[in-house]
Amino acid sequence: MARVESEVRSASGEKGGLLSWIDARFPLTKMLSEHVTDYYASKNLNLWYVFGVLSMLVLVIQIVSGIFLTMNYKPSAADAFASVEYIMRDVSGGWIIRYIHSTGASAFFVVVYLHMFRAMLYGSYKKPRELVWIVGMLIFVALMAEAFMGYLLPWGQMSYWGAQVIVSLFGAIPVVGESLVEWIRGDYSISDITLNRFFALHVIALPLALVMLVAVHILALHEVGSNNPDGIEIKQNKNADGNPVDGVTFWPFHTSKDLVAIIVFLAAFSAVVFFAPEMGGYFLEHANFDPADPLVTPEHIAPVWYFTPFYAILRAVPDKLLGVIMMGAAVLLPLFLPWLDRARVKSIRYRGILYKAALAIFVISFIVLGYLGVQPATDLYTLMARIFTVLYFAFFLLMPWYTSIDKTKPVPDRVVYHG
Amino acid sequence: MSDSGKSSRRHFLSVATAVTGGVGSAFALAPFVVSLKPSARAQALGAPVEIDVSALQPGEMVRVEWRGKPVWVLNRTAAMLERLPENDGFLSDPNSEEDQQPEYAANGTRSRKSEYLVVIGSCTHLGCAPLARFEVQPADLGSDWFGGFYCPCHGSKFDLAGRVYKGVPAPLNLAVPPYRFVSDDRILVGAEEGVA
Repeated sequence: MARVESEVRSASGEKGGLLSWIDARFPLTKMLSEHVTDYYASKNLNLWYVFGVLSMLVLVIQIVSGIFLTMNYKPSAADAFASVEYIMRDVSGGWIIRYIHSTGASAFFVVVYLHMFRAMLYGSYKKPRELVWIVGMLIFVALMAEAFMGYLLPWGQMSYWGAQVIVSLFGAIPVVGESLVEWIRGDYSISDITLNRFFALHVIALPLALVMLVAVHILALHEVGSNNPDGIEIKQNKNADGNPVDGVTFWPFHTSKDLVAIIVFLAAFSAVVFFAPEMGGYFLEHANFDPADPLVTPEHIAPVWYFTPFYAILRAVPDKLLGVIMMGAAVLLPLFLPWLDRARVKSIRYRGILYKAALAIFVISFIVLGYLGVQPATDLYTLMARIFTVLYFAFFLLMPWYTSIDKTKPVPDRVVYHG
Repeated sequence: MSDSGKSSRRHFLSVATAVTGGVGSAFALAPFVVSLKPSARAQALGAPVEIDVSALQPGEMVRVEWRGKPVWVLNRTAAMLERLPENDGFLSDPNSEEDQQPEYAANGTRSRKSEYLVVIGSCTHLGCAPLARFEVQPADLGSDWFGGFYCPCHGSKFDLAGRVYKGVPAPLNLAVPPYRFVSDDRILVGAEEGVA
């Protein structure tokens, strides 16, 4: 006992006080130093590098607003729709909290898509950041599940029929499909039982998974260090103290830049919450203002905008099982980017025309597919969806070929500033 | 005891512990997995539904709910029935060869009694409810349309026997639920034989 006491005292050094008392028992200063005050990231990080922080901010916004929504929401088919209306009309501040949560869902995908695009611009998924990327993709899939299950909870027409369409996708699996769908729903159709279990997954299971995955994502990132717009490993250029010469510490340099981004983001976020919470039917679909009715399909079923590129791919394929497989592949293909990309350089700054053209085509395909996913399936739109589906897949499947023959420029030793 | 004897005993104990723990975990998982199946109450609510069709005039359709799915009963007119074979060329499965109906409905009209069509009104693509479009050759559906069901979600088309057209996303004909006539104008959906 006495020996332990003395070891604890010596480990805490000369200084007394609460902090050293804690540090002798928990690595507080060590962790802060490793992840915040002495974490070096490149000094030329640009605007594209704020979306990771913004994603974390939206996660916090969603968790806090979600907790307050659950205090008045009732997860049953009989009460759900009315309880959301109750929150909107009778609970003080309820409408703000609900609009924060619904806007947060869309904002989450805005910042996550931009965050992922940043990685594609600067090759952030390439060695040694493959695991950072893979964990990030797992976060993306968990986020899609979280958003999908959350969308059922208001129990509106689009909640119901969207869930009906997506859950029945599993029915396309040969042999076990139908019983699997029954197992997921817990009933012979989307019902009170389904609503109740989606609620449990939406408020407990998936948020827990998301928070843990985000922690792993950041730990993995801090192990290898952040990428930068030049795609240079700043750890290869260290000064006498052993710190990267092209890096500055996260606190206070990057955090102060991030704070500006956070303020601008919150201003835009508030503008949506207060002035356009439905965003013309894209954030909250009009059909969802009618309570769920299993016997009447809305004239036009479209998922919320962030799922529409994948939904357009599903619709473009005439075969049901193949359509489901293609949609799943479209979501999961980016997972393999670290190995599909054979280029020797990371950043778009030093890549050749082939990758730049391919990335442009990919972005256009993604946006056009997203547009087509909210439109009715006419002949012209179906044809367009098929063309852009092919282009979407070509970006990934032809990548080993065009990135290996692409003419790249020499990468400088030190990071470069542009304006 | 020799060294090798000790290590093999330790190895045996490790493996035995791991296996016991693994089997225990698998058993512990079982109640959670089965709890997600339809409960006894959900199964009871999925019981058969009786429909009175005595007031259903030719050309009229009635929708009822069975197991949360819309079941349609359409009293087809003689003209509707006459035109059914004309659609055959446009259909994927005109002779009901896919397993989408009980045997007694695998015929030209896909029904027990030719005038009464009983189908689940849920598109075989992704479960939307197709719309009843009984008019002949309307402007938006073209000259080869002799009445049927049109799915607004992804444009799948079915004729008045619930048979799917070629070149649409839906892969199969509309499903015919198990049903029987308990009397001339009473249909029991969800049960084929015996008591309800």
